[in-house]
Amino acid sequence: MSDLPKLAPATPLSPRRRGIIVGASEGIGAALARKLAKEGYALALVARQKDKLNALCVEINSSSNETRALSYVHDVSNYDEVPDLLRKIIADLGGLDTVVFMAGVNYPPGGADKYNFENDRKMIEVNLIGGMAWLTPVAEMFQNAKAGQIVGIGSVAGDRGRIGNPGYNTSKAGFATYLEALRNRLTRYGVNVLTVKPGFVKTEMLKAAQGATPFAISPEKAADDIYAAMRKRKQLIYTASLWRWIMLVIQHVPSVIFRRMSF
Amino acid sequence: MQKNFTQLENFGHSLSAPAYLIQPRSAEEIYSAFQQAKKMGVTVTARGAGRSYNDAALSGGGIVLDMSAMNQILEWDPVTGQIRCESGVTLEQVWQHVEPSGWWPAVVSGTMKTTLGGCLAANIHGKNNFKMGPIGEHVVEFTAVLPTGAEVICTPKKNADLFYAMIGGYGMLGIFTSITMQMKRIYSGLLSVDAFPVRNLHEQLTALHDGAPKHDYIVGWLDTMTGGSSLGRGQIHAARYLHEGEDPNPQETMKLKNQILPPRIFGVFPKGMLHYFMRPFGNNLGWWGVNTAKYIASLRKHTFRQPHAAFHFLLDYVPNWELSYGRGGLIQYQSFLPKETAETAWMELLQLSIKNRLPSYLGVTKRHRPDNFLLTHAVDGFSLAMDFKVTDGNRAKLRSMLLDFDKIVLANRGRFYFAKNSETTSETALAFYGKETVDKFKKLKKRCDPNGLLESDLYRRIFG
Repeated sequence: MSDLPKLAPATPLSPRRRGIIVGASEGIGAALARKLAKEGYALALVARQKDKLNALCVEINSSSNETRALSYVHDVSNYDEVPDLLRKIIADLGGLDTVVFMAGVNYPPGGADKYNFENDRKMIEVNLIGGMAWLTPVAEMFQNAKAGQIVGIGSVAGDRGRIGNPGYNTSKAGFATYLEALRNRLTRYGVNVLTVKPGFVKTEMLKAAQGATPFAISPEKAADDIYAAMRKRKQLIYTASLWRWIMLVIQHVPSVIFRRMSF
Repeated sequence: MQKNFTQLENFGHSLSAPAYLIQPRSAEEIYSAFQQAKKMGVTVTARGAGRSYNDAALSGGGIVLDMSAMNQILEWDPVTGQIRCESGVTLEQVWQHVEPSGWWPAVVSGTMKTTLGGCLAANIHGKNNFKMGPIGEHVVEFTAVLPTGAEVICTPKKNADLFYAMIGGYGMLGIFTSITMQMKRIYSGLLSVDAFPVRNLHEQLTALHDGAPKHDYIVGWLDTMTGGSSLGRGQIHAARYLHEGEDPNPQETMKLKNQILPPRIFGVFPKGMLHYFMRPFGNNLGWWGVNTAKYIASLRKHTFRQPHAAFHFLLDYVPNWELSYGRGGLIQYQSFLPKETAETAWMELLQLSIKNRLPSYLGVTKRHRPDNFLLTHAVDGFSLAMDFKVTDGNRAKLRSMLLDFDKIVLANRGRFYFAKNSETTSETALAFYGKETVDKFKKLKKRCDPNGLLESDLYRRIFG
């Protein structure tokens, strides 16, 4: 019932994993789309930027010599669109195994003494409420189907509230907590919830970051790490993995010291 | 109506797809499901007992109608032998209802768990196809709801085009709501069965061909794991009804308790558990042992009497046997070939399978004759069904072999049956049905379902 190009039918001997990537047009999302398509997934790629999204679909479909990616233009802050779009995507894909919520924005206030509620609000609207708008109906479906995998992108920035970007810290901490709650709800139904916490990744978003960006990795490396964790049905990963240890230390810095630090 | 997002599987546990499951209880509720689908922008598929080996009762992301709540037997006349049922009634309900008064369904499948709606949608056949045709030939009348909301009544005379297209139409034109069928008179609860071995494929097919006219039922077991000069060896079971008077006490043998399959082996071991113990043998070596032992056991030629239920419903003998195939499940590849070309074609298939080390674990042959249904799978010839275990390691290789099988079958003017085959492509379907037939079916589809609401994964695969 769709005008989109058709996916090859799934059969017992050519089964298909089906995934949605929300926030797929660039950065880690685009890299993960390429990776999953290469692994044989049928994908629904969701993003705001129509041209970038279509170009990515064309690239993926021509390099895999068959239709593996379908594109859907959507702004995650249009929460009301989600249920209908989700239903359409599942029908177009012929099922659903994995949903990756990757969409995120980062608007640093521009200094430790600057405040900007409008920007903070946008980050919460996209990074946190956008994620909840998608993952709430997905969680309910996966719980009923007793199968599925949810991947959510948190950040090392969500592990502590720091002086640089309170709004971003809050959006990612909130999202990580939301994912943890889903995990505790859904594991008993056989659904896997993976929280990914990237450190610095060389994307458009990194350009907005102020100060040093140590241990920065390519989006492709992040996508490989995420795919490996998906296969192992892990609960939480840091990418690069070194960040697990860095954040372990940072999480344990006492507030009395942390308050006096300049990062 | 409540709709639950549910992961559904095929009978072989080899394919699954999530769908919005709705359980209608009436024609009105079926129609309201159509309206709901239209509003949601998704498609609708009916599902009976879910006993297809492929994607016939699956529809990923669509609405699936679980017909099992429409399970009332509406009328039964033990004088004429006509029964009218809702479409979710199973063959098990039917035979248990009619058998004590001396009747038996004219055509049954290898399992009694199938629903009448599903049986008509696939136009199933039994071990008597050469004589009685498919189940559709014993349907007196049916009613169905079309996606347009129209309720149609079809008989071989009235709405004949729909009658011959909806039976065997895999639920793609409308949803059956009630079905009237003619039962067959029997004079005993027992059949007289001749069992004898055949040494190779030629003997196997000759035995089916020559044995069929002298019997009411005939079926061959084929040892799919032995090649060389014994390729196609196996055992034939040919059965006939007992004539009036042959059974001194038909009232007794027709009692249900003398028909029902025993739930325990030797009265002790529960059969529901048996599939766990079969699992360790579910590999090439284990099945070679089973096939070889079965052949050796079959060498003794003998005649015996067996209850109808025991003769027909072999698939129900070990409950959940399909689980013994493990995580990847199983698929069945069945081909129908004219009697002139069957031997050559199957020689090739069996040799390819042995050469590729992708043996089928179970082979079954039957004798067939053509029928008048639009999407017929029947030929004047034979069918061979082969079960294959699916594993993560063998999928790609098995698929490419089965696509080669398809080419061989097509080249020999063969056909396929879509309660079974899961890999057949739309090109192959078009090739054996013929363009004229497919066009005719699609034209009817346009008439019954102008908005394209009825689609299963099977439909999208073979007609999409």
